[in-house]
Amino acid sequence: MHAWLISDSPASRLQASAGRFYRAGGLLLRNPLAVAGVLIIGLLIVTAIFAPWIAPESPVGQNLSNRLLPPSADHWMGTDELGRDIFSRVIYGSRITLMIVALVAVISAPLGLVIGAISGYFGGWTDRVLMGLTDVFLSMPKLIMALAFVAALGPGIENAIIAIAITAWPAYARIARAETLTFRNAEFVSATRLLGASHLRIIFAHVLPLCTSSMIVRVTLDMAGIILTAAGLGFLGLGAQPPLPEWGAMISRGRVFILDQWWVATMPGLAIILVSLGFCFLGDGLRDVLDPKSAGKS
Amino acid sequence: MTAAISLNNLDISYSGTRVVEGVTFDVAEGESFALVGESGSGKSTVLKAIAGLAPEWSGEMSILGQPRGHGPDKDLARTCQMVFQDPYGSLHPRKTVDAVLSEPLAIHGLGNRSERIEKALRDVGLDRRFRFRYPHQMSGGQRQRVAIARALMLEPKIMLLDEPTSALDVSVQAEILNLLKRLRAEQNLTYLLVSHDLPVVGFMCDRVAVMTKGRIVEIAPVDALHHGDFTDPYSRQLYAASGG
Repeated sequence: MHAWLISDSPASRLQASAGRFYRAGGLLLRNPLAVAGVLIIGLLIVTAIFAPWIAPESPVGQNLSNRLLPPSADHWMGTDELGRDIFSRVIYGSRITLMIVALVAVISAPLGLVIGAISGYFGGWTDRVLMGLTDVFLSMPKLIMALAFVAALGPGIENAIIAIAITAWPAYARIARAETLTFRNAEFVSATRLLGASHLRIIFAHVLPLCTSSMIVRVTLDMAGIILTAAGLGFLGLGAQPPLPEWGAMISRGRVFILDQWWVATMPGLAIILVSLGFCFLGDGLRDVLDPKSAGKS
Repeated sequence: MTAAISLNNLDISYSGTRVVEGVTFDVAEGESFALVGESGSGKSTVLKAIAGLAPEWSGEMSILGQPRGHGPDKDLARTCQMVFQDPYGSLHPRKTVDAVLSEPLAIHGLGNRSERIEKALRDVGLDRRFRFRYPHQMSGGQRQRVAIARALMLEPKIMLLDEPTSALDVSVQAEILNLLKRLRAEQNLTYLLVSHDLPVVGFMCDRVAVMTKGRIVEIAPVDALHHGDFTDPYSRQLYAASGG
């Protein structure tokens, strides 16, 4: 299997790309921090998938006789003001966090990528108009802008996702444009042009694949920020609405008791820190592996 | 017999600055024609204008009797292809040889891809185990062979060669030149070669045009390179400088 993967004369398309991923994966696993990141993100995904089997109690089931219990063997992270088990809520909250992160990445990364690549590839007026638009979005603070969008669209998790996605794409557009500029005059682009390829085909089949690796790195590093923005919106009451166990909203509820019942706000806070850290580690590791400068050597 | 490439009084500019003036020559079908001159003489620019990469030109240009438009042209791609100077820059760094060679077939909707790719690799003397390699797994000479194979995928009649060997070391240069010479004989190609290397031109070409400062000063048969009997003073100087 190993020999098949590292063969320098692969016999099929599949083997060639499998070999490339295998080598990148090997590099990633040699970096301890990246491994930590992979483990944390893996844990998050497993938790989100198996939440109903992991969580000991329902995330919304109230029991007013168990209000504000400290962490114990029965309630690992204590209970909140309505007697709900915080551990169960944090477990279920991972689903919401993962959904937010995944949807924001799926919406904003391709949007930014396409806008940036078009802008960089065509240059001239297209570039000026698109980058002007991008700069307008970039110049506003993310959370404030997300707040404005949520205020306009109405509070709720879907609107929070849309708002965050709208504020996240300009950074990706900038990166994609910068990457595109470095090889828009490269000979392989001219050669493809001479083969009769349309601009659209060149952008999507030749330019975008070269932008994706730096984009993956950037998106992974931004995940932490996205989680924090989502949590911030939740904290301000503009994201997920009760009784959804969104981590930011949970901290917000726990704020009232923060001095006497510290665990109510702390536990979801720890979850946010852990997951953000995981994405940062993974992003750093991916940068070392996917960086275009080291890619040529591997 | 119509000329493969016919240029009449061609002026070419880059964003308003004229770099080539009044270039006129005809290349017959099956001929191998060279443009020589020092760097900056505009020889590559002429090639780019013919390929469609330098669209700011005026004058007349026709390919196989058809007047040529200014930009790259999908139909023209089937008759006229170009090989670039730098084999490191002319292949997409994240695509396998197979992907590079199937791209022209996909653009033009041609079938039998696998057989065509295998044939093209055979034609340029590459073993089939190179088919799924990435460019970084190959040497410069092997990359240039892939670039030549890509240009040949559409079975063009005319090949524009922009210093195809100057980025390669000498022993590899000879291999590539022999390959180009053999391909021309086998597929009855017309070559327009740009080079500053007079021995390469002497080996490859039938006629040679000497360019300096954006103008053609002399068009001579290739024998002139062997005997040094140029008429224009600049051509003589160039010939003397290359140790002829």
